Amino acid sequence: MTQPFEPGCGYELNPAVAIRPEPFGALAYHFGNRRLSFLKAPELVELVRGLGSHRCVSDALTAVPEGRRDACLRALASLAAADMIVPQTVRSEEA
Amino acid sequence: MTIASGQKTPSERVPALVEQFKGGLAAPICLTWEWTYACNLSCTHCLSSSGRRDPGELTTAEMRSVIDELRAMQVFYVNVGGGEPTVRPDFWELLDYAVAGGVGVKFSTNGLRLDAERAQRLAATDYVDVQVSLDGASREINDAVRGDGSYSMALRAMENLAEAGLANFKISVVMTRHNVPQLDDFAAIADRFGAQLRITRLRPSGRGADVWHELHPTDQQQREIYSWLTDHGDRVLTGDSFFHLNALGGSPLPGLNLCGAGRVVCLIDPVGDVYACPFAIHDAFKAGTVRAPGGFAQVWRSAPLFAELRTETSGGACRSCSEYSACQGGCMAAKFFTGLPLDGPDPECVKGHGASALAAVQGGLPRAGTDHSHGRREVPLGMPSVRVPAKLCDLSPLAGTA
Amino acid sequence: MQQGTRADASPADAPRVSDDLDAGQEPEIAEELLVEEVSIDGMCGVY
Repeated sequence: MTQPFEPGCGYELNPAVAIRPEPFGALAYHFGNRRLSFLKAPELVELVRGLGSHRCVSDALTAVPEGRRDACLRALASLAAADMIVPQTVRSEEA
Repeated sequence: MTIASGQKTPSERVPALVEQFKGGLAAPICLTWEWTYACNLSCTHCLSSSGRRDPGELTTAEMRSVIDELRAMQVFYVNVGGGEPTVRPDFWELLDYAVAGGVGVKFSTNGLRLDAERAQRLAATDYVDVQVSLDGASREINDAVRGDGSYSMALRAMENLAEAGLANFKISVVMTRHNVPQLDDFAAIADRFGAQLRITRLRPSGRGADVWHELHPTDQQQREIYSWLTDHGDRVLTGDSFFHLNALGGSPLPGLNLCGAGRVVCLIDPVGDVYACPFAIHDAFKAGTVRAPGGFAQVWRSAPLFAELRTETSGGACRSCSEYSACQGGCMAAKFFTGLPLDGPDPECVKGHGASALAAVQGGLPRAGTDHSHGRREVPLGMPSVRVPAKLCDLSPLAGTA
Repeated sequence: MQQGTRADASPADAPRVSDDLDAGQEPEIAEELLVEEVSIDGMCGVY
């Protein structure tokens, strides 16, 4: 089981996941556990794609319109539970 | 399946998936691709009426070209079948080509070519999954449908896969009147080999039309299947093929629970024809061909048949039924090949509406669009139907030389 | 306001597909579900 989702931490798209744009948002497929997620809002898709470039999830959420933040946060939590997004790994070049 | 958040919000509703399919997806989510009509077996219920190779089969170059398209369309995963796909001499080359391009492959096999060495090679390859077909948990029940020796062949393949460490390969079973009592035994076989069990619905497609009335599960057995699936949760796969049973009530089975034909899935057949679904090989459900300009992508995006399938259906005669939202009117192919109207009940409707409708069917039934069966098709009279190829080259010009 | 930090139910619990079946549901009780998860084997039309 994955660890509890922590918005104060940095997350990124799992490298095992492929995202394919769709008219409604995107499809995300995890090649490892074969789970498929329908991301049903374009802002969620952008959020997920850009997660890795933010220090933490809360920072990334500031780019999302306020009315959608709660829903996006819940969506990210479920994506984390499905291993679609994972805690950022520490890289030597990280600022 | 949704992740229930438990919170009510006043925000605008996210459109239902069914509505979102209207515009069509960029690519199928899951695509079945039959690589050959040639087969070493002659299963009585074969949905593709396979047996003899079609001389017009896609060449290796054409196959690679389709794989290129699938990659460009970002198709995540292809289910490769046939006939017996490993009969193609270029099978291994094409498999490698697909996975090297990032297209996941699960291939369905009767076990023919899965010796220890090939099993090891598969276990070492990323993005490959294997599905072995088995229709009886005992030699007697299995071989009655799939032919003498098929049970042994399948189990030998499973042993090789397990030995090679190919974890979680699939064992796929078509549920029939004779094997429903063996559900627990199938689960035990899967456990024995570290495999995952998958059970699917018998459809009156291909040669299945000849045996459907005798082989399809009884009403009571359908209830048993549903109850057993509910007990086994996500551990047993179904390819969403039992969504019509959701009308029995209780918790819906995992899956999209709607007909995926032309919307999230489709079939590419061995000669490059594109159909809405592998269970619907018939001109009525033919969307086009990959050999036409624009290839597969053009067919997926623009075929009039697919546009039609993607518009939300009215439900027709089923609309007034209390269970319509659970079963969505059932399986289009099952209706078509039993002579039922597409806007009416599924032949196996759990409310019994299908049975009454079947009784009213008159005249000839639609015939499968293609027939590559070995020899003459006969309706088996409860005896194992053993057909052997007349010549080795019924399988492939290179058969016996591999 | 409730924070969505609780890890949502995994598919092993087989939750319902609610939004594509309830065409008649009123807006005020609709849940906003931005992520919907299905097994790759959860599409009908694959043998």
